[in-house]
Amino acid sequence: MDDTKDFGTPKKSSEKLIELNIDGIEVSVPEGTSIMRAASEAGVSVPKLCATDSLDPFGSCRLCLVEIEGKRGYPASCTTPVEQDLKVHTQTPKLADIRKGVMELYISDHPLDCLTCATNGDCELQDMAGAVGLRDVRYGYDGDNHLKSEKDESNPYFTFDPSKCIVCSRCVRACEETQGTYALTIDGRGFESKVSAGNKDFMDSECVSCGACVQACPTATLVEKSIIDHGQPERSVTTTCAYCGVGCSFNAEMQGEEVVRMTPNKDGGANHGHSCVKGRFAWGYTTHKDRITTPMIRKSIKDPWKKVSMEEAINYAALEIKRIQKKYGFDSVGAISSSRCTNEETYLMQKIVRAAYGNNNIDTCARVCHSPTGYGLKSTIGESSGTQNFDSVMKSDVIMIIGANPTDGHPVFASQMKRRLREGAKLIIVDPREIDLVKNTPHVKADFHLKLKPGTNVATINSLAHVVVKEGLLDEDFIKNRCESEAFNYWKDFISKEENSPEFLEAETGIPALLVRKAARLFAQKGNSAIYYGLGVTEHSQGSTMVMGIANLTMATGNIGREGVGINPLRGQNNVQGACDMGSFPHEFPGYRHVSDVATQNLFESAWNTELYKEPGLRIPNMLDGAISGKFKSVYCEGEDIAQSDPDTQHVTHALESMECVIVQDLFLNETAMYAHVFLPGSSFLEKNGTFTNAERRISRVRKVMSPKNGYEDWEITQMLSNALGYPMNYKHASEIMDEIAELTPQFQGVSFDKLDKLGSIQWPCNEQHSEGTPTMHVDEFVRGKGKFFITEYIPTTEKVNNKFPLILTTGRILAHYNVGAQTRRTNNIEWHDEDLIEIHPHDAEDRGINEQDWVGINSRAGDTVLRAKITDRVQPGVVYTTFHHPVSGANVITTDNSDWATNCPEFKVTAVQVTKVTQPSDWQEKYQKFSEKQIDLVKKNEEKVN
Amino acid sequence: MNNNLVTMANQIGGFFKSYPDKEQATKDIAVHMKKFWPPVMRKEIIEYVDSSEDNLLDDMVNEAIKKYLKD
Repeated sequence: MDDTKDFGTPKKSSEKLIELNIDGIEVSVPEGTSIMRAASEAGVSVPKLCATDSLDPFGSCRLCLVEIEGKRGYPASCTTPVEQDLKVHTQTPKLADIRKGVMELYISDHPLDCLTCATNGDCELQDMAGAVGLRDVRYGYDGDNHLKSEKDESNPYFTFDPSKCIVCSRCVRACEETQGTYALTIDGRGFESKVSAGNKDFMDSECVSCGACVQACPTATLVEKSIIDHGQPERSVTTTCAYCGVGCSFNAEMQGEEVVRMTPNKDGGANHGHSCVKGRFAWGYTTHKDRITTPMIRKSIKDPWKKVSMEEAINYAALEIKRIQKKYGFDSVGAISSSRCTNEETYLMQKIVRAAYGNNNIDTCARVCHSPTGYGLKSTIGESSGTQNFDSVMKSDVIMIIGANPTDGHPVFASQMKRRLREGAKLIIVDPREIDLVKNTPHVKADFHLKLKPGTNVATINSLAHVVVKEGLLDEDFIKNRCESEAFNYWKDFISKEENSPEFLEAETGIPALLVRKAARLFAQKGNSAIYYGLGVTEHSQGSTMVMGIANLTMATGNIGREGVGINPLRGQNNVQGACDMGSFPHEFPGYRHVSDVATQNLFESAWNTELYKEPGLRIPNMLDGAISGKFKSVYCEGEDIAQSDPDTQHVTHALESMECVIVQDLFLNETAMYAHVFLPGSSFLEKNGTFTNAERRISRVRKVMSPKNGYEDWEITQMLSNALGYPMNYKHASEIMDEIAELTPQFQGVSFDKLDKLGSIQWPCNEQHSEGTPTMHVDEFVRGKGKFFITEYIPTTEKVNNKFPLILTTGRILAHYNVGAQTRRTNNIEWHDEDLIEIHPHDAEDRGINEQDWVGINSRAGDTVLRAKITDRVQPGVVYTTFHHPVSGANVITTDNSDWATNCPEFKVTAVQVTKVTQPSDWQEKYQKFSEKQIDLVKKNEEKVN
Repeated sequence: MNNNLVTMANQIGGFFKSYPDKEQATKDIAVHMKKFWPPVMRKEIIEYVDSSEDNLLDDMVNEAIKKYLKD
């Protein structure tokens, strides 16, 4: 279907078809379809202003009236559903007269500045004036009008000009129906009616800048500032957002090689035409002045950088890697790829390590986020991925969110979830902090908030499962037919023990036992219950155990293998799933096959024409420990900033300082690049071809919309390095890399760029049985055959509070920023969040004499930093919380090197700290400031020399 | 000796120790190390076990390394 065409009202999915006649054309559409949509699908355009196919019909503009034979009056075609055998006329003299009169009234209170208007050529009001043949306006401007209404330019990305508003309510309805924020309303009645953001300007209102209102506006009332600055785009290319794991499809609207607007793609399988402030507006970083587009090398991190050609930089890097391997051994070098990279790039990163370096020292940033998801789900259900598509939530009766904050971290999916919650689905939230969905979201209120103490996830999931078992709420048929019986019996005996009861664990978790019992009963009710979880599950010393606990509870209640249920890891970055699929972990090839598996070894050795190492390689923390002990000497980081995103910053930087060749491929001189010897300039997502795989296993195309500013797509740089190392790679296009992935990876067997172009996106597995992909997994049987229950004994973290460190620090994200902030800090999103704050409960603040906005020192066993205080009861007493979007905050200076038992995923969510009032930055912050200023100078010195 | 290895090994042992079949659990500890630990780390932990009977590893982990990791 044409993405750019607006059919006026939403599509209906009834299997019953209704036949009718519109303007002499026989039409057949699903029952419930509006006459407007039926006409539009048949190629008949009915004039409209208040209708758009992303919103429910409203029937206010009176422009879409039609005549129906045998019926009185002139019904609005947007609100009138089709009926069998109707005969509809959309163009009659009477209708033309009515429409012209309506348009005349609209235009009589609208500035006639079309030629200088920002939306000239893209204005529905202008189009409708043309469509109805409006030639003159009889009423003049002498009377009352709205033409001098003040324009609101407070939002950095769009303006609100009430003088151009026709009060069609599309923006208000988009804010409600599409986004679910309810920030806009219509104030007043009749002539006084006006769109209002709660009588505040947009920046001070509840508006979250998702852009839904701008997208819905049919006039220039709400318009992007980039369009005001540049004018209308001349072409559009569909691509995929480079921010969170929702993986929204966008149209990059272009003037030549410049993006002038990003608009959400209506046909996007993950986002269905919706967006958030990051994907919709925060793409300015791609052309930010900080971007480095020239390769640089230096012998020591104390030296100024030397600008060189890409060939020289690649040759220098290759010689260094070879020198180091000769001197320190073949496994003294490795690489770290990122979930910000495309599938094709991460595939090449692991290939260069395995085939050119000759070891398996490849790791990825999923190590520090969702590696426990991979381990836990592979063990229990046989596949390291979520089980559903996002649309599945619309069939859920009970939604349990554990350790995730979807409205901030995954806002577009959160909007869909909120829609389902407004329809009546029940909500259980398991989180130490009061996220917005608990009670700060309009028309949404959690039925249960299990406000657990940080670090007690496993105790909590065990107590929920205990109730299910002891109260006879098991889905016995599902367990009998779908799960391994011996493992289930072991688990049942274990979970039935009194030590797993909510009453026994109440003191440990802090959750009243009765609340746990009620939540468990709700979750296990007959119906569809689904679990959505985030890093609050994985970033613990028992992260993998908790993922297994989630799988246990899901299987025990039969909530897997159909729509509306399932296990749904919400991935932080856009391509976490894809990076893991592509063999970015040191123990497995693409497709999650262990490096010791002989058949897989043979497959890859034959395809890559080289002998491969058959032992697992080093994980990121192993690489860092190895560097400090003098055994690991070189790391090649593409798109990953371990000096900011990994725990115990001082340990990370000490390791980087201990290496002899740190190679960083990135857009910016990020924190890791300050310790680098080779800087390879990267290309942004707008400058390359490839694919991303989102949290629902959806593979989507990333399309090159402009030439790379650095001259190369990222995969080309990796290919050059491989060739310089002596292992030949000869891909001419990213599509050839995907062809190789498909040939060697069962889950991707049927995937190609051609098929993606045809279908839009594909959810793996895509193979002979499922040639167009698999939205719901484990339908008849689990990927591993029978589902396997695992015993999940609760083992408290060793990170204990005591008199010296009496509080628990936990971390999270904010809507405006993405991960370490390298991208969003270089956009106007900084206006919403220009520093990380430490949230502290009023009681804890009072005990320490801390007031709002005071500077406070946060000390842990690993280090200390200083942030401003925000006093709030969103955190519970004994718990403090911060974000990690600004490097100077040093959030990871405080976090320790404790990690998950199975995967070494850091225990970011539990750090024992003390918080005290201070007057100056920490020693680390002062040192950091000096060091980073010096490193920036070392780049500038080189520029001065060149100039 | 890298102290992290001892911590990591004991954490792995912590997960498997609650399984009713102790022999299988002991094997599983070693299997986990074989699957996820590179040779350099396995060698180091084996040397650590060999160097002292009175070490900081839990009993089941010691046994797993001696019986199943060395081969």
